[in-house]
Amino acid sequence: MKKFILALASLGIVFGAVAANADPEADRMKIVNYLQHRNPDIKLDDYVYGALAFDADAKSQYDSIMDFPPFIGVIEQGQKMWNTPFKNGKTYADCLPNGGKMIAGNYPMYDEKLGKVVTFEDLINDCRVKNGEAAYSYSDMKTMGVLTSYARTLSDGMKMNIKVDGPGAQKAFDDGKTTFYKRTGQLNFSCASCHLDNATNHLRSEILSPVLGQAVHFPVFRGGETLVTLQNRFVGCFKQVRQIPDKEGSTRYNNLEYFLSYVSNGLPLKASVFRK
Amino acid sequence: MNEQRRQILKGVGSAAMVAVAASAGLLKPGAVFAADWNKAAFDAKDVAGALNGLAAAGAADSDQIELDAPTIAENGSRVPVKVTSKIPGTEHIILLAEKNGTPLLADFTLMNGTDSFISTAVKLGATGNVRVVVKAGGKVYTLAKEVKVTLGGCGG
Amino acid sequence: MSGIRIKAAMSGDSAVIKCLMTHPMETGFRKDAKTGQLIPAHFINHVMATVADKTVLDAQWGGGISSNPFLEFRVKGAKSGDKVVVSWEDNMGEKDSADATIA
Repeated sequence: MKKFILALASLGIVFGAVAANADPEADRMKIVNYLQHRNPDIKLDDYVYGALAFDADAKSQYDSIMDFPPFIGVIEQGQKMWNTPFKNGKTYADCLPNGGKMIAGNYPMYDEKLGKVVTFEDLINDCRVKNGEAAYSYSDMKTMGVLTSYARTLSDGMKMNIKVDGPGAQKAFDDGKTTFYKRTGQLNFSCASCHLDNATNHLRSEILSPVLGQAVHFPVFRGGETLVTLQNRFVGCFKQVRQIPDKEGSTRYNNLEYFLSYVSNGLPLKASVFRK
Repeated sequence: MNEQRRQILKGVGSAAMVAVAASAGLLKPGAVFAADWNKAAFDAKDVAGALNGLAAAGAADSDQIELDAPTIAENGSRVPVKVTSKIPGTEHIILLAEKNGTPLLADFTLMNGTDSFISTAVKLGATGNVRVVVKAGGKVYTLAKEVKVTLGGCGG
Repeated sequence: MSGIRIKAAMSGDSAVIKCLMTHPMETGFRKDAKTGQLIPAHFINHVMATVADKTVLDAQWGGGISSNPFLEFRVKGAKSGDKVVVSWEDNMGEKDSADATIA
């Protein structure tokens, strides 16, 4: 681990300070153009595979494992949770738009009334609380993780479709963008240091995945076993670069997810996939 | 494998064969065809010990075995491995991980015309050879490929 | 519900049979993170498959096969409509079995 940190510290930085910019689409295209310029042979849709798109040996293992995923049983547990009515007889399908089908690509969404970003997981908890059940902890992979490992698959194939309309939404987007680009923590890294500036470079034996395509493929099952949601990965990543992590579901993490999801607009969602 | 047991397995479905097997004491109640697990081979701490336990020592290198395994494992606890044996009369496909504490992973017996092909996923404790041993027509053949296993990194 | 899932379909002259088994496949060498105690060995050690009542595969396994194990094998001469039965036993005497029809 120590060597890994030293290796991280040896990376340079290309992008400068965050410019005050009220055009999310320009922000997104800057990232897309930078990555496509650096990786002219990679199709846009292949960015959903992250580091795997840049390593045939790794992608081949992904394909073998995804042929019949070992975590199918966990997704089925999630399906059971999804289908089990609350004590009052209602179900998640009763609350969520379109019965929960083909909607995850719309989240996170800025809620004008609440004045904040709302995630797909927030939708689930709102439904639970509205129907007299206790909210799930966003940090608990056994409840929120397992449930969304199924619930998010109901939107497989949907293109990411995040909207940033109005000043409130713009402010949340900018907050996420700041978190992404700002160097901080003991090692003075930003997300961009690895996932943009050095995306597809090797960090010892790891290929750094590009930010484009990250938000569409969660939760993941690490090693085919360990369930990790997107914001649970934020926590892990913050710790690895020696930043103090938030708890999943914080405003900062919701805004970061908002920004990252917007960056992946147009890419198809696929939940519950294998990663190393 | 015990020749008598092999004949019985080939003839499964024939009532007469089952009767012969039962009278020979080869069928245990409630565990049809449950031959004793080869503990000596599976507990062996090196490849030679495992192959001795399987009566598969002295294997000749063969280019008639295809082993599809990664160069660098994404995760050492789940390494997809595909084996095709082009050797006529293949009876056993044996998998070993040379650097595992107990190298023997599996011993597949194929019969009744089944293709000489196996695909599965195995645990590798460290960088080392994945070795295939094929028993066919009383002879033993082998092929190995090195698979690298890393620790730490982004995934933890 | 069986802990064995089977996908079986013809591909040319052979049936391609893919199985996913639910099992922890503990080697007996892992330590519990909290207690520091060794987690007891618990792994499938015998797998058998039949197609149209003929045994096609008989395998002995150790703990080195990955958890929730995947297994694919191919049977020449099998036909659409044939019944596949896959069963396993583990080192603790537990058993499971499932069947499917070749598509």
